[in-house]
Amino acid sequence: MRRIVFLLPLIAFAGLAVWVAVPLIRGDDPSMLPSALIDQPAPDFALPALPGRDDGLASADLGGEVTLVNFFASWCVPCLAEHPLLTRLAREDGFRVLGVAYKDEPADTQAWLAQHGDPYGRIGVDLDGRAAIDWGVYGVPETFLVDADGRIRFRHPGPLTPDLVDETLLPLLQELAG
Amino acid sequence: MRRILTLLLLAAWLSPAAAVEPHEVLDDPVLEARARELSQDLRCLVCQNQSIDDSNAPLAQDLRVLVRERLAAGDSDEQVMAFVTDRYGDYVLLRPPVQDNTYALWFAPAAVLVIGAVIAAFVVSRGQVRPEPDPLTADERQRVDALLAAERERDGR
Repeated sequence: MRRIVFLLPLIAFAGLAVWVAVPLIRGDDPSMLPSALIDQPAPDFALPALPGRDDGLASADLGGEVTLVNFFASWCVPCLAEHPLLTRLAREDGFRVLGVAYKDEPADTQAWLAQHGDPYGRIGVDLDGRAAIDWGVYGVPETFLVDADGRIRFRHPGPLTPDLVDETLLPLLQELAG
Repeated sequence: MRRILTLLLLAAWLSPAAAVEPHEVLDDPVLEARARELSQDLRCLVCQNQSIDDSNAPLAQDLRVLVRERLAAGDSDEQVMAFVTDRYGDYVLLRPPVQDNTYALWFAPAAVLVIGAVIAAFVVSRGQVRPEPDPLTADERQRVDALLAAERERDGR
């Protein structure tokens, strides 16, 4: 019995070590913040279109079908890294991908899209980043999955990766699309 | 005297400077003071360990301007904080609220202190009431005397 009492601190320490080590080894990113908007309706917003286009993006455009909303900018390097994945999701998998150009000069956005391709069904221009704040965005790129009822079901800050798309995003899209 | 003055000047220069830009400052000093106080409690999401009052990240600036706009529009301090946490969650608060999922955070240190104190008191009190050993029986007394006598003889005394 006395032995066990002396072992307790060691057992407690081992427990603590495991608790701390598991997320570390699993590779969780501690700077990745949870969204306050999961399962909430997408925020109210209305953004103008790029010059020469007549789309723009507003809350009314969401819902009806499963949709990805991607905040991007031409000055954002990780956005370019995830661009082929968004293009694939839009063109090959046939999902609706909408874009918000975050604090980006419209001319720069247009040049970027002309060079790298435009997977976005609609694009809204968020010059002052106000709509992004309403979405709880803290940096680009950031991607949201909005279901057919207009609720946010998933959010990923930072660039999409092939693993994330194949293991998480695509299955969720397919499940929600029914 | 001169040295002290130099040190004081250096100290003044080292004091943390807020990142608030002149054009962000509100005309109403009362509102501005409230804005400063609120922004000191709001985390900069980009740099994460600075308040938006300290950070010169663009998003921190946007949030500072937003806080000032809400205050100028007549929001209470609580309404401004709710506006921000609705979008960014409790994580944005540098001082976590006391609620279900933060009880451990707020009360665990005190709980550990109490548990430690209880264990310490237990150990100390047990040490003090250690019972006197039973007195030797006549038989034991005899054996001890015999041993001591033998030892003395061996030492040649």
